[in-house]
Amino acid sequence: MAMRPEIRVQREDFDVTEEVRRMTNARTDVGAVVTFCGLCRDDGGSLSALELEHYPGMAEAQMRRIAEEAGERWLLSGLTAVHRFGLIRPGENIVLVVAASMHRQAAFDGANFMMDYLKTSAPFWKKEHLLSGASGSWVEAKDTDDAALRRWRGSAAD
Amino acid sequence: MKTKLVYFAWVRERIGRSDEEIEVPDGVVTVGELLNHLKARGEEYEAALQYPEAIRVAIDHEHVGHGEPLGTPREIALFPPMTGG
Repeated sequence: MAMRPEIRVQREDFDVTEEVRRMTNARTDVGAVVTFCGLCRDDGGSLSALELEHYPGMAEAQMRRIAEEAGERWLLSGLTAVHRFGLIRPGENIVLVVAASMHRQAAFDGANFMMDYLKTSAPFWKKEHLLSGASGSWVEAKDTDDAALRRWRGSAAD
Repeated sequence: MKTKLVYFAWVRERIGRSDEEIEVPDGVVTVGELLNHLKARGEEYEAALQYPEAIRVAIDHEHVGHGEPLGTPREIALFPPMTGG
């Protein structure tokens, strides 16, 4: 049976423990669960919040395409990706990926692949809001994120 | 052809609206030609599309390159490089 990814785009926070439980509940064939949690980070002490904008419909569709590609590359028993939108304060959660498999390598790789493609091909954008009250700038895409994709190239998801 | 356009992030801010319906002229066949056509619609479009190579385009929720034909889409989205995660 093909793995069915759990994909959600939501304003509210998520509970990592609950998402892991949901994935492993009533199963005895899962030997490895890798979770990745991306948080809102304030580098210089000037950030009030990040505003996460997304393209409703395409965001979910693109995350699902990436997750299905991961499921074709690795033997995953489950893959969950949750991305938040709206105003997110420093220290709060932005994104969660949970990958489960029989063995650790597939779970690590699946989670890594999901995040690399999510960052560069899922339609989300971050805008900074500063403590000074000023609306800061849009976060710029990083070359290092594109470089991270190259290791997966061959049969790409994009 | 009447087509719905949607804009996100700084493309939306510079154009000054999040969506609109426009008439695409017959001579505009590819994604790149559409960007050039839009750029000539006024200074807010010029500001948003000044560097067309930086603009990402999706047709009916799928990424497309600038050389791709437009076809007969329900919705075309223009946005900057993505910064989620």
